[in-house]
Amino acid sequence: MQQSGRFGAFGGAYVPEILVPALEQLERAYLEARGDPSFAAEFDGLLTTYAGRPTPLTLCRNLTGDPRVKLYLKREDLLHGGAHKTNQALGQGLLARRMGKRRLIAETGAGQHGVATAMIGALLGMPTRIYMGAKDVERQRLNVFRMRLMGAEVVPVTSGSQTLKDALNEALRYWTESYEDTHYLIGTVAGPHPFPTIVRDFQWVIGREARAQILQAEGRLPDAVVACVGGGSNAMGIFSEFIPDKDVALVGVEPAGHGLSTDKHGATLLKGRPGVLHGSETYILQDEQGQVAETHSVSAGLDYPGVGPEHAHLMTSGRATYVAATDDEALDAFQRLSRSEGIIPAFESAHAIAHALKMVAEAAQAGREAVLVVNLSGRGDKDMEQAQRLLDPGRST
Amino acid sequence: MSRETVTTRYDRAFERLRQRGEGAFIPFLMLGDPDLATSARLLRAAVEGGADAIEVGIPFSDPIADGPTVQAAAVRALEAGVRPSDCIELLARFRAEAPEVPIGILTYANLVKHRDLAGFYASAAAAGVDSVLVADVPVKESDPYVAAARAVGVAPVLIAPLNASEATLQRLAERCDAYTYCVTRKGVTGADEQLRLGHGALFETLRRFGAPPAILGFGISKPEHVRDALAAGAFGVVSGSAVVQRVSANVGDPEAAARAVASFVREMKAATAR
Repeated sequence: MQQSGRFGAFGGAYVPEILVPALEQLERAYLEARGDPSFAAEFDGLLTTYAGRPTPLTLCRNLTGDPRVKLYLKREDLLHGGAHKTNQALGQGLLARRMGKRRLIAETGAGQHGVATAMIGALLGMPTRIYMGAKDVERQRLNVFRMRLMGAEVVPVTSGSQTLKDALNEALRYWTESYEDTHYLIGTVAGPHPFPTIVRDFQWVIGREARAQILQAEGRLPDAVVACVGGGSNAMGIFSEFIPDKDVALVGVEPAGHGLSTDKHGATLLKGRPGVLHGSETYILQDEQGQVAETHSVSAGLDYPGVGPEHAHLMTSGRATYVAATDDEALDAFQRLSRSEGIIPAFESAHAIAHALKMVAEAAQAGREAVLVVNLSGRGDKDMEQAQRLLDPGRST
Repeated sequence: MSRETVTTRYDRAFERLRQRGEGAFIPFLMLGDPDLATSARLLRAAVEGGADAIEVGIPFSDPIADGPTVQAAAVRALEAGVRPSDCIELLARFRAEAPEVPIGILTYANLVKHRDLAGFYASAAAAGVDSVLVADVPVKESDPYVAAARAVGVAPVLIAPLNASEATLQRLAERCDAYTYCVTRKGVTGADEQLRLGHGALFETLRRFGAPPAILGFGISKPEHVRDALAAGAFGVVSGSAVVQRVSANVGDPEAAARAVASFVREMKAATAR
């Protein structure tokens, strides 16, 4: 391959040899597309006219309770499809068509990436198959219905923990026999090179818009940019543009589930170790024998034992800081944002809100001025059934 | 990378086969499937059946190169609490019983890397393991694995699929010892009804670059597959899912599983006469 696919010590392409030519073809196609103005024009055009970009940057009016502390939300929840996933599904869909692939496969946890892929499959007229852990099929019934409505085939995966990692294994397996006419539209900044780079680049638009918007709103850069991290694509999307701005703190929020002292969490960077999973050398939640651990999060979209290799590099190099929010903290933030601003966040994004609220409280207590930008990666509609079960069990049917 | 010329159990075994005009038959067993005691019995059964070498899996939670049959075997082993260190100890005990049969490990990068590469290969070497194939390490990522293996006298084995470029095969030939694992088809492991063999060009390229003998795997489940593979120019075959099916069909009865494995190996081995 032309590029090393490494972010410091992390990344690479750890796949069965038979997939190497498919990855090399993808890398070539991507590098060509990146240098082709007509590709950029079609991508940017669809981001505007189909997906609804730019998304706004919203100042929270009530949430911080202190006029010196400003909390802005980058509204990826307002993107067509309801989450940031649409950005990169569009990019990869166009790339797949450019390579002459006829079909798309994808894996999904919360279902947002599956929905985005199903949308793009419908838009581009490509048959689409979505692998999804059987548990997630149950947790995310609405999104499954959405995918099927848009013509995608949803395949429940019953192996292993029946969640996202097993869906990924199954999709990779299927791709080893279908790569000639099928593009595997990996949903996050994980997987073998060149996926982490491609997905990051297609999500970079979030950071470009956010940086320009905050400069316009505040006349300065924010003190911190906060985003939730499962695989880490929304976080990479918004972080990338701010990486050169050394005074802007980059804060990734992992799912602490029932707590970091339990084994029911998905805090890969905070509690994992370097290893190899799904094609990348990265941080992985694993037991003392090297078996990949089953994870837990109230948010199916964060319930993943790996993380994008560039996040591993941002952490070990010290450029970004990673923290965690528990299920309870996320649910609390989910309700607080809903009540105070009339915005219902996805459970994933609620983790970022939960940590941002801690930062707000600290700044307010210290009497400091602060400007924070939180990437509101998706809207909460998909989580309504689960939220109702958790928050209002008496009334759920 | 330069290949060291150390005579290994594989070299000796393959030389004997050449003299007898036979191909190699290599059964695959998942270590710890369904438990360690049965696994020890099955390794003996493979030798009783006439295996020329044995390939063993160390069970991993996320085996992306394996189909449902082999993955299910890994799940049985993991559910029985089998750890990689148990597998290495099992192999060390087996090595004491069977001093000459070549043993190759097939596993995944995370298990090899999980403490450090040197430590994994050293423990494999100390147990008498002859080769290690890491299913999710392609040639381009293989240098640290190859170096760590060769440092302790373990042969690194790499996979040569039909779609590999000539440049990849040349790099493979420099980095692969003992044998070259050639796959019959795209996809993951699994028993097939029929093989589709068009491997002449691949074998020829491997020979030209001086790669070690070609062993064909994936889908080999019947004696006629063995004959077809050898006729197509392979030096031998690996059969995995078909062996594992005989184990899974006899869970709970180790002696029946051993009989089934031994008789399958005998039947397949008989087809290696050229």
